[in-house]
Amino acid sequence: MPHILSIVTFLPLLGAAAILVARLLNKGGQDAAAPAARWIALATTLVVLAVSVLLVAQFDPSNPAYQFVENHAWFAGASYHLGVDGVSILFVLLTAFLLPICIVASWKSIETRVVEYMIAFLILETLVIGVFTSLDLFLFYIFFEGTLVPMYLIIGIWGGANRIYAAYKFFLYTLLGSVLMLLAMLWMAHTTGTTSIPELKQYAFDASVQPILWLAFFASFAVKMPMWPVHTWLPDAHVQAPTAGSVILAGILLKLGGYGFILFNIPMFPLASQMFTPLVLTLSVIAVVYTSLVAFRQTDIKKLIAYSSVAHMGYVTMGIFTFTQQGVDGAIFQMLSHGLVSAALFLCVGVVYDRLHTREIAAYGGIAENMPIYAAIFMVFTMANVGLPGTSGFVGEFLTLLGAFRANTWVAFLATFGVILSAAYALYLYRRVVFGVLEKPSLKALKDMNAREIAVLAPLVILTILFGFYPAPILDVTATSVKKLVTNYEAAVRKAEIERQGSEAARIAGAALDTWEAAR
Amino acid sequence: MNELMNYAALPEIILAIGAMVLLMQGAFASDNQETGAATGWMAIGVLLVAGLAMMLQPPATQTLFDGAFVVDRYTRFMKMLVIAGSAGALLLAFDSFARQQIMKFEYPVLVLLATTGMFMMISANDLIALYIGLELQSLALYVVAAFRRDNLRSSEAGLKYFVLGALSSGMLLYGASLIYGFAGSTSFPVIAAAAKASNVGVVIGLVFVLVGLAFKVSAVPFHMWTPDVYEGAPTPVTAFFAAAPKVAAMALLVRFVMVAFPTISAQWQQIIVFVAIASMLLGSFAAIGQTNIKRLMAYSSIGHVGFALVGLAANSEEGVQGVLIYMAIYLVMTLGTFACILAMRRKDETVEEISELSGLAQTNLPMAFALAMLMFSLAGIPPLAGFWGKFYVIAAAVKANMTTLAVIAVLASVVAAFYYIRIVLVMFVEEPKEKFLAVEGKVAVVMALATIFVLGFIVYPGPLVEAAAAAAKSLRL
Repeated sequence: MPHILSIVTFLPLLGAAAILVARLLNKGGQDAAAPAARWIALATTLVVLAVSVLLVAQFDPSNPAYQFVENHAWFAGASYHLGVDGVSILFVLLTAFLLPICIVASWKSIETRVVEYMIAFLILETLVIGVFTSLDLFLFYIFFEGTLVPMYLIIGIWGGANRIYAAYKFFLYTLLGSVLMLLAMLWMAHTTGTTSIPELKQYAFDASVQPILWLAFFASFAVKMPMWPVHTWLPDAHVQAPTAGSVILAGILLKLGGYGFILFNIPMFPLASQMFTPLVLTLSVIAVVYTSLVAFRQTDIKKLIAYSSVAHMGYVTMGIFTFTQQGVDGAIFQMLSHGLVSAALFLCVGVVYDRLHTREIAAYGGIAENMPIYAAIFMVFTMANVGLPGTSGFVGEFLTLLGAFRANTWVAFLATFGVILSAAYALYLYRRVVFGVLEKPSLKALKDMNAREIAVLAPLVILTILFGFYPAPILDVTATSVKKLVTNYEAAVRKAEIERQGSEAARIAGAALDTWEAAR
Repeated sequence: MNELMNYAALPEIILAIGAMVLLMQGAFASDNQETGAATGWMAIGVLLVAGLAMMLQPPATQTLFDGAFVVDRYTRFMKMLVIAGSAGALLLAFDSFARQQIMKFEYPVLVLLATTGMFMMISANDLIALYIGLELQSLALYVVAAFRRDNLRSSEAGLKYFVLGALSSGMLLYGASLIYGFAGSTSFPVIAAAAKASNVGVVIGLVFVLVGLAFKVSAVPFHMWTPDVYEGAPTPVTAFFAAAPKVAAMALLVRFVMVAFPTISAQWQQIIVFVAIASMLLGSFAAIGQTNIKRLMAYSSIGHVGFALVGLAANSEEGVQGVLIYMAIYLVMTLGTFACILAMRRKDETVEEISELSGLAQTNLPMAFALAMLMFSLAGIPPLAGFWGKFYVIAAAVKANMTTLAVIAVLASVVAAFYYIRIVLVMFVEEPKEKFLAVEGKVAVVMALATIFVLGFIVYPGPLVEAAAAAAKSLRL
């Protein structure tokens, strides 16, 4: 299929247009078009999923180059340049996989302005897939920054009580991070004369400018990730967002940060990456340990999971900045696994929130008695969040820790505490919500999950356990691309080292010569 | 006949004669609202004919009147923008003025005269031509600011604008006479040959002329009149003020510094850099506290002028191209936003408070969508048009190695984003108030065209970008 990447990127936009047409044709007003909007959105996202599965089926994992490339000149010196490698294709698939789940999860819980809601989600899907497929600096930036608008509206319109504050915070924080990246991109385009990301990866930026450029990109991706200490927008945004908004935020949008590190920071600025490694590792370890402790103290379920997300993203940055095959593989795996697990956890919260309309942990307790299926499913994802062997959460954490151990023992040592702490807060949450005595009268009337809710969570359960036991499908796809990344990084660092030693040797030789001259 | 068609000043002649004829027609026709409306349509016709005449002329550079008047691709580009701005603002005026019973024939005539002045400003290649164009435009604008003369705020706006405008004209004239005295000529190219950094008289004259021009584009620290005039003038007049005259004054400013003073660019660049930074910061911070949307747009326009000046500060062809693209996009966004402001009315009463927009998404979704897109575009969020305006000027600044300026610019844009996105939330999140009356046809057309432009720019940017590139090139020839 030619132009398959364009199709998978812009298909959701077509669905959004179809919803708009359905709304305009429907004379019954706002609410009458809601069922049509839901079905069109679901159908579109399922078709996108099918196309992206087809994409993965045609993908050749042994080829490290970008595949399915489309490249047309555009304007402003930029080009319409799409392509995927072993890393980005999995994120495309993850996005396509989570979107139908989001739509179904919002089927009943979103009752106001359904048409706009579905359109916002489909536009968001186009933008996010666009981020993962674009291979042009400015195209990437447009998609990356464009995601702010629909997400801002999703939080602002359909969010909880304090949604206005959360929406501002989300928007301004991320905007502030990314405008600096835009400046760096403009400078790079001006200096190198190209905006093509594959070409820029080949370009050796001067060692003196790398730190500034690195920091500019870091500002954007660290906020998006989010890394400690710029993570504070995330708990607010998560708590206030509607369930599907949290799913897409935790499941996909946070991955833009890690993906950005892998796409820009490491291949383009290897020397600066090496230079800033201690900073990133320190921040990662703090994120892992500190936010786990913060999570422990939360009284709001969603906030707890939000902090747990920050902690898990700490493993990702740590894994990436070990520059080892295991570390980077693990980081990518952790991102994908977290995409499934945190999405599922937010869906689990949504299930009880739809019934009781509170997220306070104290309001729950003992619901295992009347919601056994829910308790079982929630258990699976709690364990996956903890990183129990046999779940996908384990593989990512294990690989990143393995990589970290090779890079820096202390970092691995401290980060391992995160595993213990995550077990503490996750199990503590599970105990308070699910176990105990069913005393509260409001809880006694709760019904167990219905077929729709099970259908939403079942694929996530299957994948979480499948990848826990058999992570090979993911690791096989990423292996070649990651190998290339790590090799290029090492080559660049070694080259700089040799040059440094060379100049050092010349200096020593020169000094020796001078001494000899003087002695003579 | 052919000679006349190719006469470089033909569009100006059409505008001037058109204005006179419409004045006569209005003076002898019966004095009522219908005459006013008919004059309005005819004025739009005159504008379009002038634009058509200009487009049919060969695009090559020509000069008239001993080099005092120049036409090239640059002037064509800017004049097209001015025509779009003037015609769009006229279109917005019909219904609003008719409702207030002030659709008098003088208004379209004054707009035409102001447009003639703007054309002359854009084509000015000589200090005298500059001054004549500027004054013709300004005098017409002073009158239209006070056009609702029985209204206290409108009269105050007109008076304020006149007093401060006269002051700035005086400074400009003083600067111009200094330049003439020390450079020995009023012609831009001759001044360029004579201007040296050591020639202090010329430098001081340059500073005074820049003060006068900064006043016209409402750049900080000469912006004080803007919020009051924007708020006080009738909304269609404000729409006119915010669009076309800004473009013309910016065109003049760019030609003045780039053509007359290329040799002492270091001198004017530092002034422009300061003015740009001050305008962007003030435009961003001062707008946060505004509750009146017209005042907010005034501060927003100050900020946008600051951004456009970033392109000029780069002192390069890319920079000028950026300024041109910025002004074109700014013009469309401004007209669209003012169309939305004009549509804020309930039972013959127009409202201007931002809080009145609350819940608009539930009462009038298309309008809320249009205004939201315009706001995101003004904030410079990709992929909307407003982003590309900022993109080009900041890219030019980065190319010129003005990194600090570029960093301040993007940070100011983040601050400014706050008050734009606030309006979006007010419309989409808060509880709806009483419905606005249905949007009138002409206002809806302007609103829809502006929204389509900001959304569609990314799909088909070619013509505007290429025209701006050609225009910027012709300025440097």
